[in-house]
Amino acid sequence: MKPVVVENIVQKYRVKKTVVDALKGISFTVDSGEIFGIIGPDGAGKTSLFRILTTLLLAESGNAWVDGFDVIKDYKEIRNRIGYMPGKFSLYQDLSVQENLEFFATIFNTSIQKNYDLIKEIYQQIEPFKDRKAGQLSGGMKQKLALCCALIHKPTVLFLDEPTTGVDAVSRKEFWEMLHRLKLQGITILVSTAYMDEASLCDRVALIQKGEILSINTPGGVIDQFEKPLWAIKANEMYKLMNAIKDDPAVESCYPFGQYHHVVFKTQENSKQKLENIAKGGHFTNIEIEAIKPNIEDCFMALMKD
Amino acid sequence: MRMLKFLLQKELKQIFRDPGIIRVLFIMPMVQLLILPLAADYEIKNINLGVVDQDHTEYSRILTNKIIASGYFKLKDYSPTFNQGLKAIELDKTDLILEIPPHFERDLVKDNQATLFVAVNAINGVKAGLGGAYVQQIIQGYNQDVRMQWIQAPRYNPQPTIDVTYSDWYNPHMNYRVFMVPGILVMLVTMIGSSFAANNIVREKEMGTIEQINVSPIKKYQFILGKLIPFWMLALSVLTIGLIIARVVYGIVPLGSYFTIYIFASIYLLAVLGLGLLLSTYAQTQQQSMLVSFFVTMIFNLLSGLYTPIESMPAWAQWVTKFNPVSYFIEVMRMVMLKGSGLMDIRFHIVAILGFALFFNGWAVLNYRKRTG
Repeated sequence: MKPVVVENIVQKYRVKKTVVDALKGISFTVDSGEIFGIIGPDGAGKTSLFRILTTLLLAESGNAWVDGFDVIKDYKEIRNRIGYMPGKFSLYQDLSVQENLEFFATIFNTSIQKNYDLIKEIYQQIEPFKDRKAGQLSGGMKQKLALCCALIHKPTVLFLDEPTTGVDAVSRKEFWEMLHRLKLQGITILVSTAYMDEASLCDRVALIQKGEILSINTPGGVIDQFEKPLWAIKANEMYKLMNAIKDDPAVESCYPFGQYHHVVFKTQENSKQKLENIAKGGHFTNIEIEAIKPNIEDCFMALMKD
Repeated sequence: MRMLKFLLQKELKQIFRDPGIIRVLFIMPMVQLLILPLAADYEIKNINLGVVDQDHTEYSRILTNKIIASGYFKLKDYSPTFNQGLKAIELDKTDLILEIPPHFERDLVKDNQATLFVAVNAINGVKAGLGGAYVQQIIQGYNQDVRMQWIQAPRYNPQPTIDVTYSDWYNPHMNYRVFMVPGILVMLVTMIGSSFAANNIVREKEMGTIEQINVSPIKKYQFILGKLIPFWMLALSVLTIGLIIARVVYGIVPLGSYFTIYIFASIYLLAVLGLGLLLSTYAQTQQQSMLVSFFVTMIFNLLSGLYTPIESMPAWAQWVTKFNPVSYFIEVMRMVMLKGSGLMDIRFHIVAILGFALFFNGWAVLNYRKRTG
């Protein structure tokens, strides 16, 4: 059986009388030793999904297996085998780095020495601060410590809920490098993130929005699904330009992206011509138009529209 | 067991690393024990007295002096008419008016009978009741003194009287501190037991650390014991400090043994900690748990017989106190400290508290879930 199998998981939250659907029947599988990314905006249902898979939350309906064990019946087995790093830093801030690690090793019935080789590379980076209290570490350091604590019992599946949120760019890059090294050790990794640029670092990604999976594919596959040409346009009057483009009936979507607006047309013919016409129609200066290759974010925007 | 040892180690480390907790744990009981018993005094002193003397004779002066000399009253107002005396009560200058009517001395000597009028400000019922009673006692004494002077070797009392003599058992000097200090000690132990453990667990919820504990294979009972035991030990050490203060500062040496007190306190703390645990399973934030435990302990303390005797409460309130663990401990403390009761004397109390401990802890364990949904 695959390390993670999810079948038709539904989760609802009741706030007074309104029912919020957090997950609307999600199904997917994760292969052994892959980095599987759950990509979606805040409120898409990523954390609910993670809490169900880590046996913290009982799903409304549906089945799920982690490492071959049912998340409802065999939750005790699962708790021995998984590592979970919640989105919020949740180690003891008033214990030192080493004390935290020792504590988590103990509650998983193991010791730091036993699995030191697994965390060695990461732990060495925070070892100089091992007597410092966890609360006094920087954001990146905290993430590293949390990862160490999640790994200390040599889990077979690792769940990382938005591990890079609020971490600087360098630490983010380092963090992903660490994940790739862990993958080589045969650990299956489920990681959620709201950063689209991190999708390309996963082996496969599931794009999730409002409790539904929009697409499951390799990052390359997701991009290949994007068939229409994509244009980037820039002018001095960006806001007016956006309105002008959106007013045109032939335009399917237009959204700001960095310095440019990304534009997709409903039909592919003469799309460059059309865009140039719109630009000429208004009084715009310094117009630049470029055909570009879509990235994951463009795909996500397109999928959200459908 | 190994797991539990580590949990305890971690918990104690965290507690001793938090200077706030240590300060509150040890300074609060000391301050409360040193200040509260001195302030919570049932004896009413310094009652402000107004006298309306319309007689102006030797007898009326002796009576006034006698009342002031008792030490309970302070002469604050001396008015010629009752209306003016009443004004003083209205202005809160005096609490009690003694009106001596004209011809008081003459009536007393000639007719062997005279009347006095006492008006009391009854806003504070206890003060009014006690003040009135004191005045009456003094006037009675005065009456007897007067009669003694006139007596001419009577063969028998013209009126048969019953003379009552008191003997105060267990607290022969009627020292209210002996009565209050054990009670206040119970209140402190209760507050620490019910709110500290609860707050600690809720804090793990707030910080999110409980998530990490919940995904681990750690057992429910291990986690709960890991939380209960440290605070159980802390509360017992606070009790020890309290007993030392009671002995050193107030000279209160229990007639019974310390052993009995500790046995009962150990069981009692299980019940109170269980209550705290129960609160923590419902509360989501430290603020919630603080407010609820504050509310519960306040009700418990007021209905415990600490300040007002249970026997004088209405019947329904007396029933409520039967479901109040604090009232059992206060009773036991007073029994052991003042009467020297042993384990056999408090066996029913022990059974009751064991019941509370089972009830609260059982409910808490059932309600504590490692997962939601």
